Amino acid sequence: MDELSIQSGDDVVRVRQFVRNAAADNGLSLVDQTKLVTAASELARNTLVHGGGGTARVEVVKSANGRAGVKLYFTDEGPGIPDIEQALTDGWSTGTGLGLGLSGARRLVDEFELTSKPGAGTSVTVVKWSR
Amino acid sequence: MERVPILKIGQTLFVSIQIDLQDESVIRLQEDLADELAASGAHGVIIDITAVEIVDSFIGRMLTTIGSISRLFDAETVLVGMRPAVAITLTELGLSLKGVRTALNAEKGLEILNGKS
Repeated sequence: MDELSIQSGDDVVRVRQFVRNAAADNGLSLVDQTKLVTAASELARNTLVHGGGGTARVEVVKSANGRAGVKLYFTDEGPGIPDIEQALTDGWSTGTGLGLGLSGARRLVDEFELTSKPGAGTSVTVVKWSR
Repeated sequence: MERVPILKIGQTLFVSIQIDLQDESVIRLQEDLADELAASGAHGVIIDITAVEIVDSFIGRMLTTIGSISRLFDAETVLVGMRPAVAITLTELGLSLKGVRTALNAEKGLEILNGKS
């Protein structure tokens, strides 16, 4: 498992590149690589912009039926999300974007889990499996 | 932060994105293009994204904004060279890039712009 710090726009680009390599090395198709990297870009930006910085962890995982996958874990110690359901709604935005970041990222991956508490930061775990 | 160069060829501004875009670079490109449109009086903008591996919601929104800004300067923007995997991902993400014209490649993009004048 690798851990990457997210403190700047450069770091977001580094996370994307790292995820791209992990996805390619573990048999994800080009479309699935692109979906996972795009989701990673959205989540890394959220960690930076809304979470005030944090970390991304990248892990290669295996499913019960032997398929390889890439698991990403983003965590920050920012203000947290008061209403998670609302934050996952298409078009809901804090004002800086289209509100597609979080909801869009969820559509692009196979598994998505978000935990957050006001004042206690946010963590998002996603998995994309090879087909 | 890396900057994306803008080339002027005749009445067209040509932008080929060859770097891994970070948010600041996209914002800078938007500002540079507005300046260049105002200074040059160009009537068309071609943005080539052949080398762009991902377009996320922020980059997508900025591309749409560039299209809107161009129109205020009497210029049309054509986005060319989108990779198939990027097109599939953008659609699933929920981005339609409304208001931005697209073409398969730079040559077809130029035909669209030239057909306009």
